[in-house]
Amino acid sequence: MNGARKPSGRGGAFFRRRKSCPFTGDKAPKIDYKDVRLLMRFISERGKIVPSRITAVSAKKQRKLATAIKRARFMALIPYAVR
Amino acid sequence: MTYYENVFIARQDISQPQAEALGEAFAKVVTDLGGKVTKREYWGLRNLAFRIKKNRKGHYLLLNIDGPAAAVHEMERQMRINEDVVRYLTVRVDELEEGPSAMMRARDQRDERPERGERFGGRFGGERERGDRDRPRRPRGDEGGAGKDAGVGNGGDL
Repeated sequence: MNGARKPSGRGGAFFRRRKSCPFTGDKAPKIDYKDVRLLMRFISERGKIVPSRITAVSAKKQRKLATAIKRARFMALIPYAVR
Repeated sequence: MTYYENVFIARQDISQPQAEALGEAFAKVVTDLGGKVTKREYWGLRNLAFRIKKNRKGHYLLLNIDGPAAAVHEMERQMRINEDVVRYLTVRVDELEEGPSAMMRARDQRDERPERGERFGGRFGGERERGDRDRPRRPRGDEGGAGKDAGVGNGGDL
């Protein structure tokens, strides 16, 4: 699915394929702070929330995702920071 | 009535039956005040991502509640008092989830086929490395190569 690789130089012959939001569509997963496996995909190795420009999550879903991650952190399901 | 979802963590030193009894006790608080507990789940003794009150592990329990706010307040009050409860979180939800929660589903899957490595970022892995600004700080070579001026390197880390 990764037609999304950045061409090395700007203005190459290829446009970056627009990725679609992973939480939009009928088979999209529900954002839930209890679903650690899902949330893990949207945090960096250091435990930070990955910006939506990288994960292509829509703004609305990114806000939901952020609260879910923060809740999961509070319940010690995922770390606040990794070292 | 309103729907709530409550997850709390019980101290690691109590046994599983004790933890479940705790869940039962809190469920009773809710029912006594006119609420309903539609689901109770025991997630088991899980590792905490960080230490809470010197605990490295904790019993996780989930309560799905359909009841008045007063019942939830009372339950939360008792959780604050109870020393076996390390942490709790109550959120209002639009609808109560039926069937096992995401946590239980994950556990069931693991039981069926252990170690299926859906590791880190199968989907975004490639891009993430580029996008995550803190990555360059971590390279393992740093630690080894820091020999020449270890003092400076360590200072920076702290």
